[in-house]
Amino acid sequence: MTKRSEKLVLPIISIVLGFLVGTIIIIATGRSVSGMFIALFKSFTGIDLSGGQAFNPRYIGEFVVQTMPIILTGLSFAFAARTGLFCIGAEGQLMVGSAAASAAALYISAPAYIHVPLVLLSAMLAGALWGAIPGFLKAYFNVPEVTVSIMLNYVGLYLNNFMVLNVFGSADRIKTAFFPQSALLESPFLESITRNSRLNWGFIPVILMLFLFSFIINKTTFGFSLRAVGYNKEAARYAGMKVRRNIVVSLMIAGAFSGLAGAVITTGTFNFGRVIAASEGYGFDGIAVALVGSNEAIGILLAGMLFGMLKAAQPLMQVQGIPREIAGIIQAAIVLFVAMQQGIKMIIGKFEKRKASAPVAEGERV
Amino acid sequence: MAYIVEMLNITKDFPGIRANDNVTLQVEERSIHALLGENGAGKSTLMSILFGLYHPEEGVIKIRGKEVHIEDPNVATKLGIGMVHQHFKLVHNFTVTQNIILGMEPHQGPIVDVHAAEKKVEELSKLYGFAVDPRAKIEDISVGMQQRVEILKMLYRDAEILIFDEPTAVLTPQEIEELMQIMRRLVKEGKTILLISHKLKEIKEVADVCTVLRRGKLVKTVRVANTSEEEMAQMMVGREVNFHVQKAPAKPDEVFLQVENLNVKNTKGVLGTKNLSFELHGGEILGICGIDGNGQTELVQAITGLTKVESGRILLHGKDITHYSIKERTDAGIGHIPEDRQLHGLVLDFNLDENLVIHNYYKPPFAHSGILNKKAIRVNAERLIKEFDIRSGQGPSTPARAMSGGNQQKAILAREIDRSPDVFIVVQPTRGLDVGAVEYIHKRIIAERDKGKAILLVSLELDEIMDLSDRIAVIFSGEIVGTVDAKATNENELGLMMSGSLRKDGQQPHTSTARRNA
Repeated sequence: MTKRSEKLVLPIISIVLGFLVGTIIIIATGRSVSGMFIALFKSFTGIDLSGGQAFNPRYIGEFVVQTMPIILTGLSFAFAARTGLFCIGAEGQLMVGSAAASAAALYISAPAYIHVPLVLLSAMLAGALWGAIPGFLKAYFNVPEVTVSIMLNYVGLYLNNFMVLNVFGSADRIKTAFFPQSALLESPFLESITRNSRLNWGFIPVILMLFLFSFIINKTTFGFSLRAVGYNKEAARYAGMKVRRNIVVSLMIAGAFSGLAGAVITTGTFNFGRVIAASEGYGFDGIAVALVGSNEAIGILLAGMLFGMLKAAQPLMQVQGIPREIAGIIQAAIVLFVAMQQGIKMIIGKFEKRKASAPVAEGERV
Repeated sequence: MAYIVEMLNITKDFPGIRANDNVTLQVEERSIHALLGENGAGKSTLMSILFGLYHPEEGVIKIRGKEVHIEDPNVATKLGIGMVHQHFKLVHNFTVTQNIILGMEPHQGPIVDVHAAEKKVEELSKLYGFAVDPRAKIEDISVGMQQRVEILKMLYRDAEILIFDEPTAVLTPQEIEELMQIMRRLVKEGKTILLISHKLKEIKEVADVCTVLRRGKLVKTVRVANTSEEEMAQMMVGREVNFHVQKAPAKPDEVFLQVENLNVKNTKGVLGTKNLSFELHGGEILGICGIDGNGQTELVQAITGLTKVESGRILLHGKDITHYSIKERTDAGIGHIPEDRQLHGLVLDFNLDENLVIHNYYKPPFAHSGILNKKAIRVNAERLIKEFDIRSGQGPSTPARAMSGGNQQKAILAREIDRSPDVFIVVQPTRGLDVGAVEYIHKRIIAERDKGKAILLVSLELDEIMDLSDRIAVIFSGEIVGTVDAKATNENELGLMMSGSLRKDGQQPHTSTARRNA
């Protein structure tokens, strides 16, 4: 198998195997397999195969809503990974992005075409700063970015809650005041065409970021040096590249992607800043998305849609009498199989070899 | 005599290249059989097939006359085949014995019986004259000793057929001599050795039979006693080879690079160079000669900007560059061919074309305002591939990892020469390369000298230093203990200086220095 086809075939095999695991569990627990696929198909296309209401675009809207943030956190993880860094800080960057988006939404008053970009930019900036911390410590003091970014997830979570409760002010100790309309990604138009889903304009920055990611990595000199550092730090240094600066900037850009995810949730799905009780898992979903998507923009888009679909299908599965946790199990199984790529590759290799040697064996028998 | 190993009509394909094309190899029992060929000739592939790492498309393998299918290295081990890889596979913080028993630990119940193993290792070590301490940690023993541990690992597993992949590439001359003796001893005790090498001298010295491969094809199998080094070289390269570098007398120009009282700390925080000074002229090759670890690395890293200088100055064309960044030095006209081409010279996961612009990727024509011009990068690679005869399966888009060592080095050389810096820092340029590649690289280095460039050649190979250099500076314990005219010195004098027994202080006057002084 060539490297290119490997990047496509291996994730697909992992996905199929993941669904197989889900299916086996459903059969083992005596539920309906078709129910699961009906739910998944419905969340993806809005079409109900089990009869009843034939087409409901609301499900498509919800599916896109679930997809948007995890594509962004996926881009975040992948961007750092392309520089050879393993940053698990998307969760925390998303939290500070949320807090910054709330601040910009509450304290700035401007027409929507200025206010919305300002909200998004401040979230990206906050995420970037949050990413700069592990970046700086890694580049200049060789502190592992994994540890720092994990710990900063907690700091980010509580920082957001502190801001909501003590700075932005919260009447009910749960959320801030409602944001002005000008700050929101909300769109009555999009809601109306998807039968009151929470679909909002957030998909526009997401698409922009997908292009931006691919552009920076593949087309720019900066991306060239990032990839060089990612593959071989020493050779990059010998070639005169600024390795330390690249590490910091890479984690800052990664942070910006996650920060933006915070803004998309806060001003798109919601219209107020929230106290968040515990990590909501967007960051970790992002790692899964990036892994399955082979750290490429197009792969992240597809993997993000897949996992978004699984998330959106959960309530639908419950309707079909299937525990919603099945969706989580499928997602986890897919990631597991992606992580086992080496093993899958070996099996494919043996299979291909057997196929190649089969005629010879037959010849011998004759 | 019976053949212990027979590989008949082996063919193996890799993407874009046929690594072995109908190759037949027959090895007599209790002999040393050398496998000779340039890098990329298919020697390692053939041996990897024998060891079960690759599977041939066509061909039959027989061991002791019986046809076998070697699916993986475990099968090879069971058949009594062992391989010492060029890059050792040892756990550094384990002891010698722990490494040897790894994977087949003797045990009493659940407890690993290290003592029994240590005893067996000690016995084996004694039998073959290895002098290895079974209790020493790998990180504390020399490279030569580590190699013996690898050999012991095979013997511990009762290997009868031992494959050595370029075993001398990492060894000092003394260690090489000892390895030769070990190999003879092994054969005397009944083992059979397959030796992958491109060093003719060694093959001539130790091997009984030699099979020559060229570009994946079998050239000939000869009795070593009935052939000469020249003949083997010719078979390997396919044409006559000049063993001795042809070069015109140097025409030294003014001083290009000046190092004054340089003090550099090494990784252990101790001074690696001590008040080191020298001058390098345009149009000359100055060889830095010394035993490994006497300050060469620190010197090179200080000049190229990879490490900080404690005190002293580095002047390029009279301009102080001591505190320049790596990039500023590159731009100011310093070229560097690093010692470790895979670690420092190339990004192995990049394609060849990307590696060729790794310094200049951000400059026109390769990029405009931060956007890469992939076409220009490709065209550049095509030009250099042609000019430097870099062999790569998929042209500019060949991953550097997939290229042979010689072609990797050619790629680095092409990149550096093409940038046309005034001063070249060339470190171990031909380590691990075959005669053809060595000859080519030497020729290109001399061509640069003749163009008026200044070349600092750092090498551990005395022959290379003596062949290429115009002047030779000997480094010992971080100091230059003397500079001599390459034509007027000999191995003996250099050897004494390298070991610190002889000093020739006072710079040997250079013809051009003399001219300037006059």
